Amino acid sequence: MRAGESLRVAGGAILANRLRAGLTALGVVIGVMSVVLLISVGTGARAEITEQLEALGSNLVFAVPGGFEGGPTEGGGPTRSPFTAQAIDDLSNDLAGQAEVTGTLSSGEQARGPAGQVGISAFGTTGSYASVTDTDVTRGTFFSDTDSALGRRVAVLGPSAAEELFGQRDPLGQQITVAGVGFEVVGLVEEAGTTFGVDTDLQVLVPLRAAQELFGIQRVDTVLVRAPSPDALPGVVDEVEASLAQTIDEDRFSVLTQDDILGVVGDVLGTLTLVLVAIAGISLLVAGIGVSNIMLVSVSERTREIGLRKALGARTRDITSQFLIEALLLCGLGGLLGLGLGIAFAEAAAATTPLPAEVTWWAIALAFGTSLGVGIVFGVLPARRAGRLDPAVALRHE
Amino acid sequence: MSHNGLPSPSAAASAAATADTTSAQAEPVVDAQDVTRHYVLGKDTIVEALRGVSLTVPPGAFVSIVGPSGSGKSTLLNLLGALDRPTSGALRFSGRDVADLSDAELASLRNTDIGFVFQQFHLLGRTPARDNVALPLVYRGESRRERRRRADEALDLVGLAHRRDHRPAELSGGEQQRVAIARALVSQPRLLLADEPTGNLDSQTGSDIMGLLQDLNAQAGVALVVITHDPEVAALAPVELPIRDGVLDQERATAGSLVPPPAVTAPPPPAEPDDSVASQRPPSQAEAAEEPPTR
Repeated sequence: MRAGESLRVAGGAILANRLRAGLTALGVVIGVMSVVLLISVGTGARAEITEQLEALGSNLVFAVPGGFEGGPTEGGGPTRSPFTAQAIDDLSNDLAGQAEVTGTLSSGEQARGPAGQVGISAFGTTGSYASVTDTDVTRGTFFSDTDSALGRRVAVLGPSAAEELFGQRDPLGQQITVAGVGFEVVGLVEEAGTTFGVDTDLQVLVPLRAAQELFGIQRVDTVLVRAPSPDALPGVVDEVEASLAQTIDEDRFSVLTQDDILGVVGDVLGTLTLVLVAIAGISLLVAGIGVSNIMLVSVSERTREIGLRKALGARTRDITSQFLIEALLLCGLGGLLGLGLGIAFAEAAAATTPLPAEVTWWAIALAFGTSLGVGIVFGVLPARRAGRLDPAVALRHE
Repeated sequence: MSHNGLPSPSAAASAAATADTTSAQAEPVVDAQDVTRHYVLGKDTIVEALRGVSLTVPPGAFVSIVGPSGSGKSTLLNLLGALDRPTSGALRFSGRDVADLSDAELASLRNTDIGFVFQQFHLLGRTPARDNVALPLVYRGESRRERRRRADEALDLVGLAHRRDHRPAELSGGEQQRVAIARALVSQPRLLLADEPTGNLDSQTGSDIMGLLQDLNAQAGVALVVITHDPEVAALAPVELPIRDGVLDQERATAGSLVPPPAVTAPPPPAEPDDSVASQRPPSQAEAAEEPPTR
């Protein structure tokens, strides 16, 4: 029997039981949809994090508190940062002529301006922040290292913060308060976008010392160093480690490049995606059992038809392949519908929610291939049962 | 149907009229020698459905096998239709022993040599008459166009060309059985095997169907075996073989049973004279055909 003929017969059998076939395929639809959606979100999240990290600037070296790869630090609680403003100054001096250094400290605070009050991310940093992170100042100026050293109360606003605090008014030279303390707006920075629904433009940058006073702490969260070129990165990493180690215990901080962070974030996201996709895969497995079950019912119902076909000359493999193709068609159609829904939901999620989603060809291939695999694996049992039916017995089946 | 390789109608008709047991015979369509079929139902329960049946159907013959339910009719039908294998004894189709054939070869044999007509018609419900008729050709890998051409021819032969696009539910019982007969003919078989072909039909329609089968047997030369419990239907055949308790009832066989019509137009095979006789004898007990052997 020709494959095209088998496909036609299988299609007819499915059409004859539309509701039953639809309900059976629904499991496959949901499974494939989940796989596509989850892989898309995982891929999208990774892409977004990569983009955000790269938006910080290129050739960056980060010094962060605690061990990065060695598991939890002693005590187990949140790591207290060992960095101070002095450490940044020292590092800056050590790396003078080789690389630019800045540090950051952030906290959520309430800010008030002429247009109203809004929760912002107060970001303490040094004057070199703009050049280290490649941030363009669109109006006014960025505060200087002198401003920072003197703890002057000046502020640079992100576009969203400026709009929330000033509306249509010009913020430059105006006063705002952050946590009740007054700051003069001296500059505005470019748009940076949103990460996972958090508006990074809703930030107020203030000199590091001012921020420390504001928050009542002496530490700095992160040290950022910009190497002049990718080739210089390894050398800069070593320099930063050596310099910081002069005053800080080596176990209390880690020095990383963007690639290190991307690697770890990628690993974590990859594992998370894998777990979620595996759970979606279980739904495909369950769907497969449903397909097997309904195919067995179908074989039982069509016993006389199978007997007739055998009497008319169908061989065992003609019957087996016919039912296998029917199972494949059922799962394939379910898979296609699942793909359509998965892609549609992923696109809708990307468009309307903060959840990033990126549909990749390999996610589509994997999900659809799995659905066909389910069809084969779970179609074999009913198909073999059909093929093995004794024609003499099957013909007289009631 | 002369294109299909079957004996031409006129030749077959004359062959039926002039029974000549001494002339060279074609290979029998089906030849069963001392065939048994036992079913193992439980550990100690064996049903002997057939207990030694010998039967030879020459090309173009018309034989009826008549018996009550439980007589072994259906079991014999299974064997004559190559749907089943005997427990013991030799069963040959056109000289090929089923013991030497694989299941796939048996399927192929059914496809090319045997046409089935069932009591319940066994038509595919969602499928138009023409595609029902073409079904056997699907398993030969014929192109759709060729299948349709031959299905149309077969439908024409049973007088249903104008109903070819109708589904079974849109046809009367008699029409459905005609479609089933067309399906049995489409593969140009040597043997037409009809299992209670009139069982689901009223008497008038039933006799029309029997008439059609007889015409096909006489004109197209296809051997016809009708299995029935109805003595009137059985009596239509020149050779009537009663079956009871798993054996063909020699005593009650009609006189004509030992002189079936030979098909002289078939190519002369190297067959022995013994094979020309539809009989209940084991081959070793070959006797003069005119004397009914007794047991």
